[in-house]
Amino acid sequence: MPVHDVVIVGGGGAGLRAAIAVTETDPSLEVALVSKVYPMRSHTVAAEGGAAAVIKDHDSFENHIFDTISGGDWLVDQDAIELFVNEAPNELVQLEHWGCPWSREPDGKVAVRPFGGMKKERTWYAADKTGFHMLHSLFQTSLKYPGIVPYDEWFATTLLIHDGRCQGVAALEQRTGRVEVIAGRSVIICTGGAGKVYPFTTNGAIKTGDGMSMAYRAGVPLKDMEFVQYHPTGLPGTGILITEAARGEGGILVNSDGYRYLQDYNLGQPLDVSDSNHPVKKSMELGPRDRLSQAFIHEQRKGRTIKGKFGDVVYLDVRHLGEKIIDQKIPFVRELASKYAGIDPVHEPIPVRPVLHYFMGGIDTDKTGSTSLPGLYAAGEVACVSINGANRLGSNSLTELLVFGARAGRAAAQFALEQSPTELAPLRKQVVDEDERITKSYLTKEGGTERISTIRTEMRDTMEDGAGIYRSEEGLKNTCNKLAELRDRFSNISLDDRSLTYNTELISVLELDAMLDVAEAVAHSARARKESRGSHQRTDHPVRDDDSYLMHSMAYKGDGAPKIDYKDVVITRWPPGERVYGQEQAE
Amino acid sequence: MSNSGLQPTIDLEVYRYRPEQQAEPTYDTFTVPLRDEWVILDALNYIKDELDGSLSYRWSCRMGVCGSCGMMANGEPVLTCAAFLKSYAPGSIRVEPLANFPVARDLIISMDDFMEKMNRIQPWIITDEEKPLEEGEYLQTPDQVDEYKQFSMCINCLLCYSACPIYGMEPSFIGPAAIALAQRYNLDSRDHGQETRMDILSTDDGIWQCTFVGECSEVCPENVDPAGAIQRYKVTSTNDWWKSKLLPWTSKQ
Amino acid sequence: MTYGRYQKYHPWLYEPRFPILWWIKKWAYIRFILREMTSLAVVFYAVVLLLYVNAVSDGPEAFAAFTAWLKSPLSISLHAVAFFFLVFHSITWFNLAPKAMVIHIGAKKVSGSVILAMNYLTWVVVTVGLFWLLTF
Repeated sequence: MPVHDVVIVGGGGAGLRAAIAVTETDPSLEVALVSKVYPMRSHTVAAEGGAAAVIKDHDSFENHIFDTISGGDWLVDQDAIELFVNEAPNELVQLEHWGCPWSREPDGKVAVRPFGGMKKERTWYAADKTGFHMLHSLFQTSLKYPGIVPYDEWFATTLLIHDGRCQGVAALEQRTGRVEVIAGRSVIICTGGAGKVYPFTTNGAIKTGDGMSMAYRAGVPLKDMEFVQYHPTGLPGTGILITEAARGEGGILVNSDGYRYLQDYNLGQPLDVSDSNHPVKKSMELGPRDRLSQAFIHEQRKGRTIKGKFGDVVYLDVRHLGEKIIDQKIPFVRELASKYAGIDPVHEPIPVRPVLHYFMGGIDTDKTGSTSLPGLYAAGEVACVSINGANRLGSNSLTELLVFGARAGRAAAQFALEQSPTELAPLRKQVVDEDERITKSYLTKEGGTERISTIRTEMRDTMEDGAGIYRSEEGLKNTCNKLAELRDRFSNISLDDRSLTYNTELISVLELDAMLDVAEAVAHSARARKESRGSHQRTDHPVRDDDSYLMHSMAYKGDGAPKIDYKDVVITRWPPGERVYGQEQAE
Repeated sequence: MSNSGLQPTIDLEVYRYRPEQQAEPTYDTFTVPLRDEWVILDALNYIKDELDGSLSYRWSCRMGVCGSCGMMANGEPVLTCAAFLKSYAPGSIRVEPLANFPVARDLIISMDDFMEKMNRIQPWIITDEEKPLEEGEYLQTPDQVDEYKQFSMCINCLLCYSACPIYGMEPSFIGPAAIALAQRYNLDSRDHGQETRMDILSTDDGIWQCTFVGECSEVCPENVDPAGAIQRYKVTSTNDWWKSKLLPWTSKQ
Repeated sequence: MTYGRYQKYHPWLYEPRFPILWWIKKWAYIRFILREMTSLAVVFYAVVLLLYVNAVSDGPEAFAAFTAWLKSPLSISLHAVAFFFLVFHSITWFNLAPKAMVIHIGAKKVSGSVILAMNYLTWVVVTVGLFWLLTF
């Protein structure tokens, strides 16, 4: 039967945590877990460094809250971050009980490591494959619940809305090509971010913003989309992530002169790597990601980066840690650098450059994960609560999956219990239309001339040009125009593959359609925000402007360009202030 | 390998199976640029983007951790995101779907069998009584983590099933990755499900099918050593059997 | 609805046949088959032993005839081949032993090479012991 109680789209960390939360709220509820890939392929798998939660005595909730708010340049909703920080330890302990192989102290307690922008060490980790272990632990645990029904390799194409509320999705089964109803009394979107909108990203092929686009088309606003995070240390060429844990364990960043250039960018003074206080938290290499990526661009302009085969790089040097620590704490860094950069970090510095990593923005939700559309919830990278504000701190997102995945799961379960049983007939009718739309637009269409890869490449390039680390009115205007042109050309697209069984080209075109929506929301939101805050840096408006823009931007899908509106940030106890890094020694 | 102009190239002979058009598989040959930094997956993406959009295969992370892109390259199971073109040049590369699995389309195999087996071995922490969250984490020393850590590294890429002739001959065999995963939980100090899993794994479809070819461990990209996991299981199972015969009062039944 | 499609194309899986000559595809597979074949050498020794016991029970003439056969070139070459396979069998199995045996001393795992060495040491001790028993 295609009728369930709750439908979850996305089988990554947030989706799995939500599914378990639904079934634990009421075991009689049936959850459809719809995922375009087998859940263990979801991109949570690639997260490396760790998940933040306060457990050590020398730390406090207050510290974690303040670090996150200042890290997010005060665009963080303070009520949300407060409950997030409070619920984080229990969620990580829960995952421990479900078998996650956290790295341990000699006495058997969970170990923590320092991370960028965090005043105390509070990042739980499983060596440097934390996301992999969290995802597999969640997925394997989810198998024990009979109430979770898998729809593996089903691609959700649109939300089904009837009676003013969201009641399921239309989804395409990849192995057969059929489009079916998957109905439920509530729906949770957990499809992750959209890094593939950019040319150079740590994100996997599957991160194409499908869920963001589905909600956006249904009239739900996308919040703070202009805030995209560049991770300062990706491998050149491939964009493969070299985890922040490499710096948390003591790795340093140097330019072409072997100089620790971060000291020139208001991030504190370096201590020698042999100093027992190195690395200093919230200082130098442990500054926040936005500031580190921006520093790279300045170094590049000064000509102090190193020319590589795939563009300019700086060096991430971990040699002083020694082989033993490297193999114990960051073995994956060694494996990736050896395999994909051809260097052994034990003996050579790793060439790195900033690479697109994460979307702070997403579907506008409240603290329970609910959206403006009744019955529709969202959690994880796809959602924007917002606890990440204008710049996310590393290791908050894995915890976010759990805290807000669970919250959305419980809220969606409760909502489902309060609704009357699903009427299938009106939903079926919508799915017939959706099937026809897909068939006519792509499978039986004649005469198109555009290739997917051409439009996709042009979209990515214009995003990097106009909506990259530094932005300006002129660049954003060009990007917005280019995106409008690409949207137009998209209607003239043509597929080589007209078959039904695993038509991966059809999936690619549906993904491209979604990415164009997301790109448009990013570019237009960025153009409208005439200030610099966190990861959104405008060369024509270089300072933060709290009077006009201490607000979340809300992008609504329009007929042409999106409509950009604003919504207040929740400020409770922490009034906007300066972001200060590198001052720890002075305190 | 041929040299057209400045850019060297390499040929890929790619397995094609389009069930709506053909009853038997065929091979298509594509010539792609031979770049130092390209892996087989990059070549497949080049083919799909530039030459033939109808080629189907699975991929995502292209950094060896999502487990999607396992295929046969010149008869060997590999992760195509970690198999560099240059290591095959000169000469062509025959790219085929993972051996020993039914093929759904081109380079895409059916994973149904593995998913069922993985579920069957109950890969989750089994406890008699759950500790309340307020009491915090279970203590586990680094040595205790090391006991099972290796077996927890499996990315479910299924290369081991493709390398296992026993699975090829007897598809009912539970197989390397699933048994290694069972061991991962058995050896975890938080788990008490060993006996439950033993009932599933000491059957004819379980560990005793394995004749220790050992190739599963050779092809494993994560050094999980499923062959080792299975042999350890055999020892445990044998010990249990002797114990139940010689010291019947010690067994729990 | 689109059920028509579903029935038409599902499940059209192509199931390749497992090749009979799978084992010649890779040196590792050939080595595996050879290791499995070494069991024939074990059978050969078992049969020889049974014939030996039988010869002893049949009296001195039969025993003499049997020992004479043992000294024949055919018997010696068969023994040479069997011996080679038995050594191959023992070595391959010993090399696999660390995978099956995981021994702890306190909280620490004993390394594979130590387990391997212990196996070989035991082999040598037993061989020397038997040799001593037989020659003493």
